[in-house]
Amino acid sequence: MSQPLLRVRQAKKVYAMGNELVWALKGVDLDIYQGEFVAIMGSSGSGKSTMMNLLGCLDIASEGSIAFAGQELSSLSKNELASVRNQRIGFVFQQFNLLPRTSALNNVTLPLLYSKIPESDWLSRAKQCLESVGLASRMDHHPSQLSGGQQQRVAIARALINDPLMILADEPTGALDTQTGLEVMALFQQLNQQGKTIVLVTHEPEIAQFAKRKLTFRDGELISDVRNEYVKQAAKESAA
Amino acid sequence: MKIVILLKTAITALRVNVLRSCLTMLGIIIGVAAVIIMVAMGAGAQQKVDEQIKSLGGNVFFVTGAFRQSGGARSASVVKINEDDANLIEKQVPGVEAAAPYLSASGQVIYGNLNWSTEIDGIDNRYFVVRDWEIASGREFTAAEVSRGSKVVIIGERVRSELFGASDPIGQTLRVTNFNATVIGVLNEKGQDARGEDQDDVIFLPIKTVRNKITGVTATNPKSVRFIQVSAYDGEDMGYIEEEMTRLLRQRMRIPVGGDDLFRIRNVSEMIATRAETIQVFNTLLAWVASVSLVVGGIGIMNIMLVSVTERTREIGLRMAVGAKPSDILYQFLIESIVLCGLGGFIGVMIAYGFVFIGNQYGIGAGGIIETQVVLLSLGFSGLIGVFFGYYPALKASRLAPIDALRYE
Ligand SMILES: Nc1ncnc2c1ncn2[C@@H]1O[C@H](COP(=O)(O)OP(=O)(O)O)[C@@H](O)[C@H]1O
Ligand SMILES: [Mg+2]
Repeated sequence: MSQPLLRVRQAKKVYAMGNELVWALKGVDLDIYQGEFVAIMGSSGSGKSTMMNLLGCLDIASEGSIAFAGQELSSLSKNELASVRNQRIGFVFQQFNLLPRTSALNNVTLPLLYSKIPESDWLSRAKQCLESVGLASRMDHHPSQLSGGQQQRVAIARALINDPLMILADEPTGALDTQTGLEVMALFQQLNQQGKTIVLVTHEPEIAQFAKRKLTFRDGELISDVRNEYVKQAAKESAA
Repeated sequence: MKIVILLKTAITALRVNVLRSCLTMLGIIIGVAAVIIMVAMGAGAQQKVDEQIKSLGGNVFFVTGAFRQSGGARSASVVKINEDDANLIEKQVPGVEAAAPYLSASGQVIYGNLNWSTEIDGIDNRYFVVRDWEIASGREFTAAEVSRGSKVVIIGERVRSELFGASDPIGQTLRVTNFNATVIGVLNEKGQDARGEDQDDVIFLPIKTVRNKITGVTATNPKSVRFIQVSAYDGEDMGYIEEEMTRLLRQRMRIPVGGDDLFRIRNVSEMIATRAETIQVFNTLLAWVASVSLVVGGIGIMNIMLVSVTERTREIGLRMAVGAKPSDILYQFLIESIVLCGLGGFIGVMIAYGFVFIGNQYGIGAGGIIETQVVLLSLGFSGLIGVFFGYYPALKASRLAPIDALRYE
C-alpha cells in the first residue's frame, strides 16, 4: 500500500493538572490513508478529542511521532503548522464556531484570509462551497439567522474552502437533533465519495455506522480498530 | 494578509461594540483636540506678537521725556527732549541705525469739498527708516524742506483714499488745519498697529512745519519733540544700546550720579515679547497637560484591547485553527488598536478645527492657528500610542496556543 496520509507512532499526550500528570494518550499507533472515512469512538474522557487535535496540528504530541503526508509534525514551526491547517485540513466543531454578526459568505472565506489565494477568486470559491452544502440561498445570512444544521453546513463549507486533503470533525452532530445530524452525515459521506479523507469523533454508535472504519479509545489507548462491514447510507436514513 | 482586509476586519470588530469603541476613543479624542487647540492658541499668540513687533519696524526704542521730580512731588512740567538729542544718539551710539524725532498733533485736513480728521505728525526722513516704511508714489522730503519748514505733506494711504479716491494726489494742495500744503508723496499701506489702530490714517510734514504752524514753539526748548524713535541694526545688542543712550542722555542733561533719569527709554519689541513669553509658557504647560491626557487615553485603549482579546479568545482560536499565524493575530489586534487611536485622533483633529474656527469667529483670545505639521504630528502620535498600548494585548493574543484558545470558556 502507498504511504499513509497520517502515520501515528507511540503518540502520547500528557497534561499537567496541578502537581498531577494526566496521560490523555498513552501511546497510540495508527495509520490513516487517503480517502478513508474514520470514526473515532469512545466514552467521554477517553482521549478522542486529544487525538483529533494532534491529527489536526492544533496541538503537539508530548512524545512519539505523527507524520502528515510524510511530514513529521513535531519538526514544524508554529507558522508551518498554521500553514498545514490552512492548506491541508478543514475543521468542523461541535459548536460550529462561526464568527457572530458575520455573513455566511464571510465566514466561509475566513480561511482564505490566511492563504495565498487571490481575493478575486474568493467570492466564486465561497459560492461554490456554499452550493455544495446546499446553502447557496443563505449567503448573506448571519449565524443567528440560521438553524443549527444550517450553521453546521456553513462550517463544513468553510472547511472545504481551501480544498483540503482531510476534514476533521469533532462531534459534528453533537449539538444537532437526529434528523439534522443525519443530513450532516449524508454530506460527509458525499464528500468522502468525492475523495476527501474524513476523520470524525463521536461517542454515538449510530453516527459511527456511517463511517468505513471505526476506532475505539479507552483511557487514552486505542483498543479496537475495525472495518465497518455494513456502512449505512445517511441520505437514505434521513429520507426514511 | 493584506492591509485592506486587516482594516476591514478591524472596523468590523470595532463596530460590533460601537458604544465601547467610542468611549475608548474619547480619551484620545480629548487628548488630541486639547493638544492641537493649545498649540494653535500658542501659535496664534506668537503670530500676533510677531506682527506687532514687525509693524513697529524691528528693533525699536521709544525715548520720551519724564516728569521732573522735585522733593518727592511730581512737577507738572515735563522735561522735553529735542531734535539735538536725536542727532546725538544717532551719531554717538554704536549700532543705532536711525534716531527719528517726532512731534504729533491732530486736526482737520481738507481737499476740495472733502474734509477728514486725522493725525498730523512732524518728522524728517529718518522716521521712514525707523518705521521701515516706504513711499508708494511721489518722494520723501528734501533736506531744504526739512530745514526751512516747508509746507509739503506726505500722506498715509487711508487719507489718500478718503480724500483723493481715484485721482492722483501728488502736486495737489491739501488744507492742513489753517494752512495749505502741497502733497509730495503717498506712503505704502501699513495696516493696523498693536492696539488695532489704523496706522495709515496719518499725514506727515517736516517737524519744523508742524511746530511752527500747529503745536507752537516753547521758549525753553525750541526744538522740542514728543519722542524720539530709535532703531537698531538687526542683531545688535539692544541692552548695550539702551545703556549707551542712557549714559549719553544723562550726561547731556547733567544728571548727577544717583539722580533720577529725566527721560524714559522703552524697548517696545521686548515688552511685547516678554508678555508673549508668559502666554507661551502657559500654553506650553497646557499642551503638556493635554499630552498627559493623551497617554491616559492610551492606557484606556490598552485596557479595552486586553478585555477584547480575552472576550474573543475563541475567535482567535478559530482563526488559528483555519490557518492564522501568530503574526496574523498580532497584526489583527495591533491594527485594531491603531485604527481606534487613529480614528480618535482624526475626530480630535476635527474637533480642534471646529473649536479654533468658532473661537476665531467670535474673536476669543489672540486667535488660533492650526499648523499642518502639528496636525500630522498629533495624528502620528496617536497612531504611535495605538502601537505602543496595543502591542502588549496583541502579543498576548498571538501567543495563545490554538487549542487552548479554541477551548476557552
Ligand atoms: N487542557 C487540558 N488540561 C488538562 N487535562 C486535559 C486537557 N484536555 C484534556 N484533558 C484530559 O485528557 C483526557 C482526555 O480528554 P479528551 O481528549 O477531551 O476526551 P474526549 O474528547 O474523549 O471526551 C481527559 O481526562 C481530560 O480531562
Ligand atoms: Mg471530546
